[in-house]
Amino acid sequence: MYEQFKTRAEAVSAEVCRFTTKSEALEYLIGFLRREGVADTPQASALWADCSFLEGLDRDTLRQVAGVKFDVTREGASQARFGISQMEWALADTGSLAQNSTAIEQRLVSSLASIHIALVPTSGLLPDMPSLLVRVRPQDCRYLAMITGPSRTADIERVLTIGVHGPDRLIIVFVDELGGTN
Amino acid sequence: MGNEFKESIYRAVNNANLTGALAKFSEAYKSNRAKAYEGIDFEELRGRIAELKSYAASHLDELSAQFQQQAEACGAKVFRTSDPAKVREYILKVAQDNNVKTIVKSKSMATEEIHLNPYLEKAGIAVGETDLGEWIIQLAGQTPSHMVMPAIHMTKEEVSDLFSKEVNERLTSDIPRLVKVAREKLRPTFLAADMGISGGNIAVAETGSIVLMTNEGNARLVTSLPRIHIALVGIEKLIEKFADVATILKALPRSATAQLLTSYVSIITGPTPNPDGSMKDMHIILMDNRRSEMAADPKFKQALQCIRCASCLNVCPIFRLVGGHVFGKVYTGGIGTILTAWFDELKKSEDIQGLCIQCGACKDVCPGKIDIPDLIMEIRRRLVQQQGVPLLQKTIYAVVNNRKLFHGMLRAASVAGRPFTSGKFIRHLPLFLADLTDGRSLPAIAEEPFRDRFSRIKQPKCKEKAAFYAGCLIDFAYPEMGEALIRILNKAGIEVLFPLDQTCCGAPARYNGAYEVAASNATDNITALLREDVSYVISACPTCTVALEHDFISIFESLGLTERLPQARLLAAKTVDFSTLVKKLVDEGRLSLKEGQKLGKITYHDSCHLKRALKVSEQPRELLTKAGYELAEMFECDTCCGMGGSYSLKLPEISAPILQRKLKNIKETGAPTVAMDCPGCVMQIRGGMDQDGAAIKVRHTVELLAEQVK
Repeated sequence: MYEQFKTRAEAVSAEVCRFTTKSEALEYLIGFLRREGVADTPQASALWADCSFLEGLDRDTLRQVAGVKFDVTREGASQARFGISQMEWALADTGSLAQNSTAIEQRLVSSLASIHIALVPTSGLLPDMPSLLVRVRPQDCRYLAMITGPSRTADIERVLTIGVHGPDRLIIVFVDELGGTN
Repeated sequence: MGNEFKESIYRAVNNANLTGALAKFSEAYKSNRAKAYEGIDFEELRGRIAELKSYAASHLDELSAQFQQQAEACGAKVFRTSDPAKVREYILKVAQDNNVKTIVKSKSMATEEIHLNPYLEKAGIAVGETDLGEWIIQLAGQTPSHMVMPAIHMTKEEVSDLFSKEVNERLTSDIPRLVKVAREKLRPTFLAADMGISGGNIAVAETGSIVLMTNEGNARLVTSLPRIHIALVGIEKLIEKFADVATILKALPRSATAQLLTSYVSIITGPTPNPDGSMKDMHIILMDNRRSEMAADPKFKQALQCIRCASCLNVCPIFRLVGGHVFGKVYTGGIGTILTAWFDELKKSEDIQGLCIQCGACKDVCPGKIDIPDLIMEIRRRLVQQQGVPLLQKTIYAVVNNRKLFHGMLRAASVAGRPFTSGKFIRHLPLFLADLTDGRSLPAIAEEPFRDRFSRIKQPKCKEKAAFYAGCLIDFAYPEMGEALIRILNKAGIEVLFPLDQTCCGAPARYNGAYEVAASNATDNITALLREDVSYVISACPTCTVALEHDFISIFESLGLTERLPQARLLAAKTVDFSTLVKKLVDEGRLSLKEGQKLGKITYHDSCHLKRALKVSEQPRELLTKAGYELAEMFECDTCCGMGGSYSLKLPEISAPILQRKLKNIKETGAPTVAMDCPGCVMQIRGGMDQDGAAIKVRHTVELLAEQVK
């Protein structure tokens, strides 16, 4: 399923990688942020929404090392270049990610930033949307968000252009250690 | 058709930006769509969609009530109304009660339907469209020209002019840069807005959820940033079960833009927290606006199976020429014609229903399995019922309905037309008919029609007999096609009868909504064709074949003439088109084609009625290949040639460019001959080639095969 997901997601301009352990994923993530010039200045900061990946990690160290912030506000998100969140599910047949986005913080980091980094437990891979919808109770999941590639438009002369109102890059990081293998 | 309407067509077909962009898109759409559906059983999928949407259409009240109960249980406020005015008032009241100054909107056709923006703006509220295409349209002060791609008619230069004014900076027409400008310009609007208004792609009764899809991500911002969210949803968007969302989402993006899924799908069930920690003030408006009436109409109920993908626009040979503006201000294209007739009024669809050439391309791709051409015919029929047939047409039908008079006039035309005839084509018609020969020569009426030649044709006596239904074109313009058909069937041991009482198949009357005339034609033909016991009733005109096989039955059904149905069904069972019967005879070994022939390249044009109504496309190809032709397929081989019976006479300004495309596609194959199974297409394409001057032979399959039977 992972290979199918990767093919489909890359076909819609998402960037996909996979790591066995959380520490490998973290190392990659910090390296990525640094390479991309993360800084505590407007339009250069990174904002990380609360998620299980962060459990057991020292946020202070992360703040110092990678310049990331964890207090997600509307203003903070509109200033951030990077938004980091954890998506619960990945749909192999369309290369989509899915998340219970009821908490507004999850939506702010993934919709306002220009680069969205999505951490995904490999065990969250599902074959398709029907298998997602049977797992979700809408009453408990008020805002179910599915994301397939970066924001796009073809409204001017039918020319595909990436990055309108949402992120212009979507980096998907699978982490096996976050739960099972698929 | 009104002059204003004709002028809007003239403007559209002469707008190179528009026709260029639409043509480019529609050409790519076909193959992209096929790719998006790879590995999916489309018929099975659309069967399920049609079923679940049809169920919903039969239970609109129950599902609306259930939706309301569920959504309210989750904390949303639900307002149900049938009146567009009440929708506008409700939204304005919510805005005023909450001191709303600015509103951001994501794309919603329902708000266009009720002309919401000008209403709110008049009340002093700033309304910002955020979908890029809608924003462009709003800045330009225009209306959408396509349901999914509202600004498809505009060039990047026009967009850059608009944006330059908006940001007070001279911008180039670099598209990625223009998109960035839109992002930067709209971001503060999103952040400042007090209210977000969205539509809803789906509303789920079982859970009170609404589903929103966008590629740009604007619906996520519209539903997340402002403290108030109002979703305006037409009740035709209701479905019963949450699990069925996946069924619709499997088809909608694939059919709309050939995507597997849009970038963003949000399923929202009740209010969610705002960024400041408060809960969203969430309102859902379920709007009826004649949808329940539509559901109660046995014929039009199926239009509620629409999922608003606009694929009927994308494959329409007319839409790609004229774009959306000719259709009106809101819903456009095939389904738009139907929705306009209902949500606006029947009268409003008077002109636009005439745009449909009845080629059936939309019916083939509709994921809601809606018979759009048939519903447009029904609109035509009701218009005729309401307003009567125009005098000129009435005169024509009176003639067509009287076989002797009609045939007498056709004979007279062969004499009267002579001064204007040179060779096989009428070159100079009297001035008032000048429009009709624009880009196409019309055939001369045959000096001796088929019905007069028939008695002289020597046939072997055979046990098996077939009745030949010629149709007006073969009888009076192309009698040689009829002679060729008899030659072929005789070789297979079938004797051909020609019942002289046969008359017009009724298609011209039916396609113009005059069902009574068509029913009378049907009755006369049934009597004539069933008089003798024959194995087959064969026709070499697909339009006539469809009439004999399907339309007679449906005309009787829609007029309640049930007593005539058994005979109509009997005729339908015996009716067969030329290529299907000949293919069968060849397969059975009753007919042989000369062997080892090398006849060179040929290209084949699929006639609309043969391919899409009779589902015949391989038979003529196999026969021609077997005869020794080397098939070179043309681009868009099954796209309409623009003939459409009297369509080419009524809307020559649309028919002509469609024909030009067809001629170009034929010429590009390099084949010296193009074959087809319809005398109407022969008339259109042969006439076009004649004026074009290209040395390409335009032949009916029957003529080509008659030369190759052993």
